[in-house]
Amino acid sequence: MDVLDLSRWQFGITTVYHFLFVPLTIGLSVVVAGLQTAWYRTKKPEYLRLTKFWGRLFLINFAMGVVTGIVQEFQFGMNWSDYSRFVGDVFGAPLAMEGLVAFFLESTFLGLWIFGWDKLSPRLHLATIWLAAIGTSLSAYFILAANSWMQHPVGYRVVNGRAELTDIWAVLTNSTTLVTFPHVLFGAFLTAGAFVLGISAWFLLRGRDVAVFRTSARLALVVGLVAGIGASFSGHWQAQIMTEQQPMKMAAAEALWEDETSAGFSLFAIGDVENGRNHVNVQIPYGLSFLATNTFDGKVQGINDIQARYEAAYGPGDYRPVVGLAYWSFRLMIGFGGLSALLALAGLWLTRRGRLPSGRWCYRIAIAGIALPFVANSLGWIFTEMGRQPWTVFGLMSTASAVSPGVDVTEVAITLVGFTLVYAVLAFIEVRLLLKYIKLGAEERSEPESPVPALSY
Amino acid sequence: MELTTIWFLLIAVLWTGYFVLEGFDFGVGILLPFLGRTPGERATVVKTIGPVWDGNEVWLLVAGGATFAAFPEWYATLFSGFYLPLFLILLALIVRGVALEYRNKSDSPKGWDRAFFWGSLGPALLWGVAFANIVRGVPLDAAHEYTGNLFTLLNPFALLGGVATLLLFTLHGAVFLALRTTGELRERATRAARTLAPLTVLVVLGFLVAARSGTVSWAAVAVAAAGMAVALVATLRGRDGWAFTGSALGIAAFVATLFTSMWPNVMPALDPANSLTVTNAASGPYTLTVMTWVAAICTPVVLGYQAWTYWVFRKRLTGAN
Repeated sequence: MDVLDLSRWQFGITTVYHFLFVPLTIGLSVVVAGLQTAWYRTKKPEYLRLTKFWGRLFLINFAMGVVTGIVQEFQFGMNWSDYSRFVGDVFGAPLAMEGLVAFFLESTFLGLWIFGWDKLSPRLHLATIWLAAIGTSLSAYFILAANSWMQHPVGYRVVNGRAELTDIWAVLTNSTTLVTFPHVLFGAFLTAGAFVLGISAWFLLRGRDVAVFRTSARLALVVGLVAGIGASFSGHWQAQIMTEQQPMKMAAAEALWEDETSAGFSLFAIGDVENGRNHVNVQIPYGLSFLATNTFDGKVQGINDIQARYEAAYGPGDYRPVVGLAYWSFRLMIGFGGLSALLALAGLWLTRRGRLPSGRWCYRIAIAGIALPFVANSLGWIFTEMGRQPWTVFGLMSTASAVSPGVDVTEVAITLVGFTLVYAVLAFIEVRLLLKYIKLGAEERSEPESPVPALSY
Repeated sequence: MELTTIWFLLIAVLWTGYFVLEGFDFGVGILLPFLGRTPGERATVVKTIGPVWDGNEVWLLVAGGATFAAFPEWYATLFSGFYLPLFLILLALIVRGVALEYRNKSDSPKGWDRAFFWGSLGPALLWGVAFANIVRGVPLDAAHEYTGNLFTLLNPFALLGGVATLLLFTLHGAVFLALRTTGELRERATRAARTLAPLTVLVVLGFLVAARSGTVSWAAVAVAAAGMAVALVATLRGRDGWAFTGSALGIAAFVATLFTSMWPNVMPALDPANSLTVTNAASGPYTLTVMTWVAAICTPVVLGYQAWTYWVFRKRLTGAN
């Protein structure tokens, strides 16, 4: 493995890991803010208990998102210095805005929320959690604007071998950003929904604090279903934009080798990358044309044809991403995300009008279902980033030319191993802490044993 | 004023904000095992920065992001050139952040407190090493690529810079703890500040005099000296607020000395022809204009609500809590 491979592995591992925490932070912050709003309005003590219970889990998760986020900002410069030189003028702007607008907001007001229970008026205290929640979503917006520019560069010109910003509004209102942002947010709410549902199911299964956790389970089911529907619609728009802007990614996602009209949506294919064809391909007729163009007979470009076009446009080279990876990550993302939404739908039916299902398996499925959106989110990012290869900035800069020229293999190997080990240990600690705080439950506790209230550092 | 000058100043301001604010967080972490003798006291020590440390750390993220946006060449060269030291800083910040958040949620905070200590000490030292190297100049080639290795960065001058920031932040932390606590904790913090101050003044001034160049920087060195002197005298007289103002001023002047000495370089090279300057490292005028507007609108708002946070949590914490 050379510096490029190791740097890519490091970016992949640290980013996917970071994004395990981010969607839960985004989704759960709004759930907690919503519960606290319910308590503020109704003064029902169970809402306060729920706010504190989910708030504790939210904070355990938030901490991991914060500390792994610092690495993200640093490694553009550390491992991708030529990328940073080339794009800094454009890419740095949304990144700096993310810090100034979003990070300050979420971290400052979260500090106020955690320690401000008895220092701020209830109204002001409620405002702090909402501001923190808004901060987390704003952060997603800016970083997605930066990422979308890599998928579909706009508002720039290339001067002296580097991209120069010419229109910040074009970057902030990039069509790719506008469809990706809702998709990521819906994904985040799907994640929070599955998380809250699964943990509530754990309590319901044990018959512990049933009334309260039935409430949070119902809330989670509604959030999950709405998010699931939202994610599928936004994903549909995203697919259309992707087909237009990055046809190779769409073609790889579908293992579609030749240009086709009335293309089918592939469910299962065994491909032959070498010869550019499929051995087996089970399809939903017209599905892909509809997904990609909104018409049943729309034309969708195929890998072999795009490869020929790109060679004509960008010079000789292999412009195909790893087709198998793009194909499976795309379908499994849809599969896992869709399954999570279906669980929410089934759950809403099973818990209608005050009911609770008696089968223990229902609750076990809900607990296992926590994993679904996490896997879907990760696959979504793997798809969108790997599907863009060999480009790091589509059409402008290849990944191979983006890596730091001055960093050697030993250095990257040290950091790759170092981050991976530390992250693995932290994952272990985080899960143990979450389990501990779940088991403690949402019962009102007097907290004299600990010198500091539980909801604090 | 030219846009590149404005951004040079703004980045100096962001680092100042970072070192003044996170400086005492680091100091608190370093002093924790020495000042907190019981679990209750240690909890109080940590609680002094509990509500604010995360917001303080954002200053670093914004300094990094602003450098990326305004001086991409500087960002690229600095971050790839100082690869391993930055990796160590990142690991330390990760461990420290998790320790701060999890110590009270775990069955025993002992291991976390050790992590908090090392996670504070590491960056407090390494930031000084990094900035000493930036000011002194590092080997860069014509493409602005760093050509040295880890050991190039660990020269005696840089290590002196590391000890200087370590002492400065520890003193700042002691003064901060004296301001934020009562009773025995406060007495111990005051004692620590008194003990640390003379050595800190000596090392910091020694480093700054060796690091500085140009006439303006003399003024900054003088302010740094005055700030630390105020911190010491005010500590002796029990005026905690003034002591904190003094040490904060000392840190601000420390950063000012380094930045005024660098100007107009942002990263001087050993061969001056290859130096990164505010001109050759900068983004285009359009980006700088946009970012100037964003900074002009957002920075006062951020300063406002962060100041309000400190106001909300202004009450001193007692040891037993």
